[in-house]
Amino acid sequence: MRFIFKLSYDQDIRLAKHSGHVFWYGLLLMSLLLAPWVLPAYWSTLITLTMIYGIVGLGLMLLSGFTGLFSIGHAAFMGVGAYMQAVLTSMGWPFPIALLCSMAVSALVGAVVGLPALRVRGIYLAIATLAFAFIVQEVLVRWESITGGNRGLAVGMIDLFGWKTSSPTVFYYVCLILTILATLGVLNLLRSATGRAFVAIRDSEISAQSMGVNLARYKTLSFAVSAALAGLGGALSAHMLRFISPDQFGIVQSIDLLLIVIIGGLGSVHGAFFGAIFLIATPQAISLAKDFLPSALGQTVGLQSLVYGLILIAFVLFEPMGIYGRWVKIRTWFELAPLYRKGLFKRQKSFQKTERLK
Amino acid sequence: MQLLQQLINGIAQGCIYGLIALGFVLIYKATETVSFVQGELMMLGAFLGLILMTVVGFPYWLAVPSTLLAMVAFGVLIERIAVRPILGEPAFSIVMLTLGIGYVARGAIMMIPGLGTDFQALPVPYRDQTVEIGGLMIGAERLVAVAVTVILCLLLFLMFRFTRIGIAMQAASQSQLAAYYMGIPVRQLNGLVWGMAAGVAAVAGLLLAPIVLIDSNMGFIGLKAFPAAVVGGMTSLPGAVLGGVIIGVIESLAGYTMPEGFKDVAAYVVVLIMLMVRPNGLFGGQFRKKV
Repeated sequence: MRFIFKLSYDQDIRLAKHSGHVFWYGLLLMSLLLAPWVLPAYWSTLITLTMIYGIVGLGLMLLSGFTGLFSIGHAAFMGVGAYMQAVLTSMGWPFPIALLCSMAVSALVGAVVGLPALRVRGIYLAIATLAFAFIVQEVLVRWESITGGNRGLAVGMIDLFGWKTSSPTVFYYVCLILTILATLGVLNLLRSATGRAFVAIRDSEISAQSMGVNLARYKTLSFAVSAALAGLGGALSAHMLRFISPDQFGIVQSIDLLLIVIIGGLGSVHGAFFGAIFLIATPQAISLAKDFLPSALGQTVGLQSLVYGLILIAFVLFEPMGIYGRWVKIRTWFELAPLYRKGLFKRQKSFQKTERLK
Repeated sequence: MQLLQQLINGIAQGCIYGLIALGFVLIYKATETVSFVQGELMMLGAFLGLILMTVVGFPYWLAVPSTLLAMVAFGVLIERIAVRPILGEPAFSIVMLTLGIGYVARGAIMMIPGLGTDFQALPVPYRDQTVEIGGLMIGAERLVAVAVTVILCLLLFLMFRFTRIGIAMQAASQSQLAAYYMGIPVRQLNGLVWGMAAGVAAVAGLLLAPIVLIDSNMGFIGLKAFPAAVVGGMTSLPGAVLGGVIIGVIESLAGYTMPEGFKDVAAYVVVLIMLMVRPNGLFGGQFRKKV
């Protein structure tokens, strides 16, 4: 068991709460730094992809997990970021500046989409974001002079102020740095007054409002930051795949992003990365498992969708806090070793909270 | 004349949207849970009808009622196994749950060898027939879609108005707790509502199947049910059907008068405008939460 003594006020907002955090996250960082040199190229590609989805997941987590606003159209922001990046780099802009511009444009679009969030909530907001995502996708298809329509668009290599490279290892480190920056940024945001306002809005809009939280401002801000992160992820994935087309940013992708936050664990920064790992690892695991299944079952196209659905149902029914929730339970079991009680995380049955009050 | 033709096609298409939205609104009104699985239920209904008619060899008039019965049972089953245990959880858990059920349904259909990955036509007796009314050639399948929707709405209206069970459902949808105190078996009713929603979705699937081909992704049409439900006001059953017809007509007219591409997004543009101007829809009441 570990006892943490509060010796200063700064301890409450410190990112690393104790030496264990420093050790384990240091170890994680070291192994991620060494990964491209040790692991086969295919593995480091998978890790790069996981980091990109982790960044997008962080954005959606900030919106859904911490502000309580659900978006069923988040892939559209990825699309905006990806296309912006593709167009700007083809015009010869250096990679970092193009990236910042893509994020800014995504954030702007996010703020615009956030506007209905001020009037509608819950399922209505979900439908509004869904509708918006369909419109963005259609714009990407029809605005052929810039986006190339359904034929898609080839994306150039990254250009760091004249130094052009298509090396996957360099790209891996670029993604790693951006992932760390995004994570630290989100963590920092969450411990600031802004982050606390987000959480207050999630828990109760009325009480947040009566404590002086400006709902309009913080909801729009949450949408903007979330869309900026999604745009960053989209821009990186454009460089990663070297080819983008509108159907990569459709409803299926949006639902995949929701899978990340729900399966990872709503309301935790870890959850975004756990979810991303799940999203990348599951197709790999399924394709490995296919060899052991009878070919009549293993070769069918529906298998992946079936497995995704079953896992999603199982998580919602049995572990609503996602992989992170399960991890917290396991960790607590070890921390309290002989004293762990069965009912420690038991959920109270609650009444359905109605949104329709006359 | 061309315009009138488009209008009629739009109404027929809108009836399908309306029926899917009807199932969605039934569930939302009765249990305040949001079901994203209506489109997949419609797809399942269409496939079940197809399997019964082509593989098992049922005649049309036997296949339709058996499909409906099976889908109602399936709806009750979903409610019992998946939805009831997590009532009281945040609303979005149930959205994700229904998305998961949709994934499973689509995957399971795609795994049927030879059937799930192709486009299939449902062999209905009225296929490829046209009716001429005042110089307009109207496909019989569209007329059937409109007629069945009208009859179904009438039946539902009569049920909610005059039968014990319908009135009990109305009571439960106004306040579950009060209805429970009055001795209404709210849980069983919720199961029945899911069954009805699945049945209505199956009707939509069987009506849509002759107009378009059946495939495992036809459930995505269900996403158009949300605009329909929002335009109709989410809690109003006639509103849902009318909203569906409005969406269908707008879509059809947009395809006729505007450049290519507007047809596919017209429904979503309408819903965005609707949410900004009148979030409670055309027929929804004004609700405001009090502290």
